[in-house]
Amino acid sequence: MEGYKNIWVWIETSDGEARGVGLELLTQGRKVADAVGESLVAVVIADDATKAAKAAIAYGADQVIVLQDTRFAMYETEAFAAGFCHLAKKYKPNTVLFGATTMGRDLAPRISCRLRTGLTADCTGVDMNAETGHVQWTRPTFGGNLMAVIECPNTRPQMGTVRPGVFKKGVMDAGRSAEIIQETIAELPTGRAKLIEQIKETAEGMVSLEDAEIIVSGGRGLGDPSRFALIQALAEALGGAMGSSRAAVDAGWISHVHQVGQTGKTVTPKLYVACGISGAIQHLAGMSGSDTIVAINKDPDAPIFGVADYGIVGNLLEIVPALTEEVKRLKAEKA
Amino acid sequence: MNILVCVKQVPDTTEIKINPETNTLIREGVPSIVNTFDGFALEMGVRIKDKQETKIVVISMGPAQAANALKECLSVGADKAYLISDRAFGGSDTLATSYILSRAVKAVEEKEGPFDLILCGKQAIDGDTAQVGPELAEHLNYPQITCATDIFVEEGKVKVNRETENGKEIWETALPAVITVTKPAFDPRYPSIKSKIAANRAVIPVLTVNEVTAEPERCGLKGSPTKVKKIFVPPRKTGGTMISEETAQESAAKLATLLSDAGLV
Repeated sequence: MEGYKNIWVWIETSDGEARGVGLELLTQGRKVADAVGESLVAVVIADDATKAAKAAIAYGADQVIVLQDTRFAMYETEAFAAGFCHLAKKYKPNTVLFGATTMGRDLAPRISCRLRTGLTADCTGVDMNAETGHVQWTRPTFGGNLMAVIECPNTRPQMGTVRPGVFKKGVMDAGRSAEIIQETIAELPTGRAKLIEQIKETAEGMVSLEDAEIIVSGGRGLGDPSRFALIQALAEALGGAMGSSRAAVDAGWISHVHQVGQTGKTVTPKLYVACGISGAIQHLAGMSGSDTIVAINKDPDAPIFGVADYGIVGNLLEIVPALTEEVKRLKAEKA
Repeated sequence: MNILVCVKQVPDTTEIKINPETNTLIREGVPSIVNTFDGFALEMGVRIKDKQETKIVVISMGPAQAANALKECLSVGADKAYLISDRAFGGSDTLATSYILSRAVKAVEEKEGPFDLILCGKQAIDGDTAQVGPELAEHLNYPQITCATDIFVEEGKVKVNRETENGKEIWETALPAVITVTKPAFDPRYPSIKSKIAANRAVIPVLTVNEVTAEPERCGLKGSPTKVKKIFVPPRKTGGTMISEETAQESAAKLATLLSDAGLV
């Protein structure tokens, strides 16, 4: 454990830009670093790291380690794992934070396993115990029915993937400056498993569920697939994304990319509006971390009301369009 | 093709209830099931078997009762099953579990021949870590593809449909490889009465720490770098506001105003 120092945040990139979650983690990484008086280091692995490194500095990194190489143009698990481990073996970080994105959760276990250290998945809390130096990783388990606090007391680095949206990005300061260390790597394993084609499914102008600050979801209570148009209209009026329950996906009413819940996506928006969703425990597992929850359902005993901040019992076919109109009116007033 | 599917027996988390008085989990009477995503992985393997000559072997690490999960797999298309069970494995985190599984893969290969594909569920619905698949791939030094929704076998490689935050991706990998499976567009098949009876009669060999030649210090609590410090039931939300005006229109207007006041509109 001797000789390991500093808090690393992996800055995931997409088309050369830093993805939001890495910048969010710099906010919490700062607290973790300050608690033990160590530096906050951003790590960028990309074919062109310029923009992401700049963003990391603007959002508070003390230092950026860059591994820039054309072989990182496309994400490949083994190449990125080799690149990251190369850096980790050289600099010996104390703590490493990854976003719990598809990519982060594909990559981080490969790295922790190679380094023979502990990795805690999909955390919603990352707090440094300054006395012991062990990060207290808090994470939901049992489909969100339980929370666990995990630590990694005997090996370093201590690693975790952290759920997007849990921490907020800090205030950007474009004038900040910090050291950028350029690293290189000679041998890279590539080509065994690789991306052939990407099919972006998010409709034009609509945000993906994971990135959305507002989500409006529909369930079996809609009664008919065509009524997702009402959900879509409210989502558009609020400037959010459209989600659904598993029941609606299983009924073939809407594609699985919209599914929120245990076998779908876990989301943590500022506002989650559940329309005609009873609130089965699998659905709650995917959305109960939302800041504000609204439930609209005809059944007053539906479990969704148990997690709702605001609830309306009634006919969603009347309420949802009325709400859409009200939102539009209020927005027009504010504009 | 020779396919290995790794499954975990889990409590049916949809049946779990919280005791409102003690605020603890009621585990009694909660049925055990094959982890949902592992069921999808098995179905994906069986669909390959529907199209071409394939042997499917399932393994599960767990206590003796996990044999029931393996029998369930045998009833819906798996050909052979091995239970990986030893007291030394208890308390394993993902690093220790994936290490033990990697040893088990080698031990089972001695009996069943080398596997071209190793399929795992994306994650278990009790732990939700999604780490064992990639860590197994790392121990074996195999390529991996996570979050697969479909697998297409080609000459010496597979093409995989994969689901990400932004939509779909198509990946390709050389074999052997580890592939973790998320929810596909199809449902797992049901057993027939005949296949169920046959599966119930099956004798499932048990492989212990010696038989998989795992180093004991890399198994169980000893081999687990992460430690669970505390478990608690998350505080439930209380005090939500119910809106019940005269008409739907009025309720909607009130809700919109409340959301607007909260800065959400």
